[in-house]
Amino acid sequence: METSKVIHALYTDDDVLMSAVKRLKAERYHIEEVYTPFPVHGLDIAMGLAPTRIAIASFIYGCIGLTVATIMMKYIMIDDWPQNIGGKPSFSYIQNMPAFVPIMFELTVFFAAHLMVITFYLRSRMWPFKKAENPDVRTTDDHFLIEVAVRGNEDDMFKLLKETGAVEVSLITNDEH
Amino acid sequence: MYTFSSRFRTVAIVLMIVGAIGVIYGFLTSHKSFEEVETMLEAEASEHGGGHGENTTHMTDVHTDDHINDHSEGVEGENARSEQEQSLESSKVEQSDMYIDETSADYGRSQSEVDIEAGDSEMNSEATNDESQGLLESQAHGDDGHSVSVEDHAMDHEEHVEHVQHQIANRPWSALYVAAFFFMMISLGVLAFYAIQYAAQAGWSPLLLRVMEGITAYLLPGALIVLGIAVLSGTVGHYNIFIWMDPEVVANDEIIQNKSGFLNLPWFIIRGLIFITGWSLYRHFSRKYSIAQDTADDNKYFIKSFRISAAFLVFYIYTESMMSWDWIMSVDPHWFSTLFGWYVFASMFVSGITVIAMVTMYLRSRGFLPLVNDSHLHDLAKFMFAFSIFWTYLWFSQFMLIWYANIPEEVTYFVTRFTDYKIPFLGMIVMNFIFPILVLMNRDYKRIPWFVVMAGLVILIGHYIDIFNMIMPATVGDRWYIGIPEISSILLFGGLFIFIVFTALTKAPLTMKRNPFIKESEHFHF
Repeated sequence: METSKVIHALYTDDDVLMSAVKRLKAERYHIEEVYTPFPVHGLDIAMGLAPTRIAIASFIYGCIGLTVATIMMKYIMIDDWPQNIGGKPSFSYIQNMPAFVPIMFELTVFFAAHLMVITFYLRSRMWPFKKAENPDVRTTDDHFLIEVAVRGNEDDMFKLLKETGAVEVSLITNDEH
Repeated sequence: MYTFSSRFRTVAIVLMIVGAIGVIYGFLTSHKSFEEVETMLEAEASEHGGGHGENTTHMTDVHTDDHINDHSEGVEGENARSEQEQSLESSKVEQSDMYIDETSADYGRSQSEVDIEAGDSEMNSEATNDESQGLLESQAHGDDGHSVSVEDHAMDHEEHVEHVQHQIANRPWSALYVAAFFFMMISLGVLAFYAIQYAAQAGWSPLLLRVMEGITAYLLPGALIVLGIAVLSGTVGHYNIFIWMDPEVVANDEIIQNKSGFLNLPWFIIRGLIFITGWSLYRHFSRKYSIAQDTADDNKYFIKSFRISAAFLVFYIYTESMMSWDWIMSVDPHWFSTLFGWYVFASMFVSGITVIAMVTMYLRSRGFLPLVNDSHLHDLAKFMFAFSIFWTYLWFSQFMLIWYANIPEEVTYFVTRFTDYKIPFLGMIVMNFIFPILVLMNRDYKRIPWFVVMAGLVILIGHYIDIFNMIMPATVGDRWYIGIPEISSILLFGGLFIFIVFTALTKAPLTMKRNPFIKESEHFHF
């Protein structure tokens, strides 16, 4: 692949970072990525990221969990072997439903929670032996890093980033791939 | 400052007048004579081709058969009968008997016990045959032994008619009481929410505190009306809501006798007045300090509000629980439930928050609350959502524990509700749980005013029916209907509620000036 060039600009304050992101968006530069040590409130909106749909996925998983619980207990307790256990009515699902509600609830929550977490891991590409994608170790401690794709004059971009309060600006050339 | 628009005031007054006319109509039409009820029951019997009339005849037949059986088998032979059919038969006898045996005192109880036993013996006739049969027979024949005669049936019939007559007379009282309690409970729920905002030093809500103060203005008159109706029903009326107030019933009822140390009229009134005094004192002083804080030059009044709120919350959780035993649970004096106080609390809390949201949205739409934004609305809608689920959790916990254990003395409560009130009983769960959980789950929907108003209306109707389901089965039994007495009572107290609340809102500026958290509340967003 051809050589790609990005600029890394480091900041030490999240407020400065926010104003820098807004400035870059206003100047219509493309922000590749922002690395922060902690969640910065409003950063996703400033960057113009699309809202997450993980809640919708979780709702669907919950519905699946409820269905699994219902079908499982309908089959086991009503259809397969309808025993008389302590006089509980096992003629139809609805007659004995109150006894099944705790399991229906728990399985709904179980499916909604676990499948949502797994979805999150898959979508954000996280797993135990994954190689960390960290451009600068300081971003996990007290520095903020904006990665901007180079477009047009590099010197102009350096100047702009310095103006926004960056403590360190460097050009990174990737030519491995 | 808010001004109560004259058109809205007229609406409130019209509601009260229309409601009052309907309530009076309800009382005038509910006093039926013995003969009227008798002809009504006969007409009903012929109309349905079943119901009571058929039961009466059916009962006579089975009874006769039973007696022939008994006599042919002899007294000792009774225990020997162990065929399923006979168990079923005797349960039928028992079931039809209940229409006759019932006295106004223990109607709900005897009926439901019978239903359960009958149901049980049908379902597990093999398992419980001997046991239930013995029980059923001893109940079916009771003291009369085998000497049930034609005169007894005539007397039974008379008792049945009198019982229905009493139920019909109870209806306008109960309708009035349910509506009065419903609106009182809203303002009490708001008062608890208000105290929590102070005690928790919430930063989002100070913009809404004046709205809450307006709603709690209804508490003192509303609670006095509830207590007044309760006492009047036992003094002026003919024990139309609380049967434990009837000395004749108590004389024949050992269970109520044993509870009479708690359930007696003077102590009931004193307790009620203590609750109302405590709540009103808190409401009075918190309102006073809240207005004083506007012109103060330090936070002295805010700190005072904080302290009395914490004290009130302790007082409230005790008195609310006892209030629910007194004003609601004692309509079924044979029944008890330990989490009943919490259950009533959940109902009042969610209705209260819903009303806060609706009043806030109304005032905002009129431009009186310019600083309230969608995030405030979102927070209120989240509370509506969460406490709807909390209510369902408590409702289900109460229901399932009783259903699962199936102890006759507890389960009667749900049996009467499930047999005679199936639509309100199940409809309430749809309105109070399934509807809010689906409608208010989405973040964006919680920020749309008309959406929240729609959900709020359903929640409020659902909780009215919740109170309806608590009171009505004990007082009017299967003679319930949501007709003129019920709707008029809602209009009457709804009008009064609107009138008092919106008048109170005009008394002070709708935005606090010097609340320490008011700035945070103005800029609240998430």
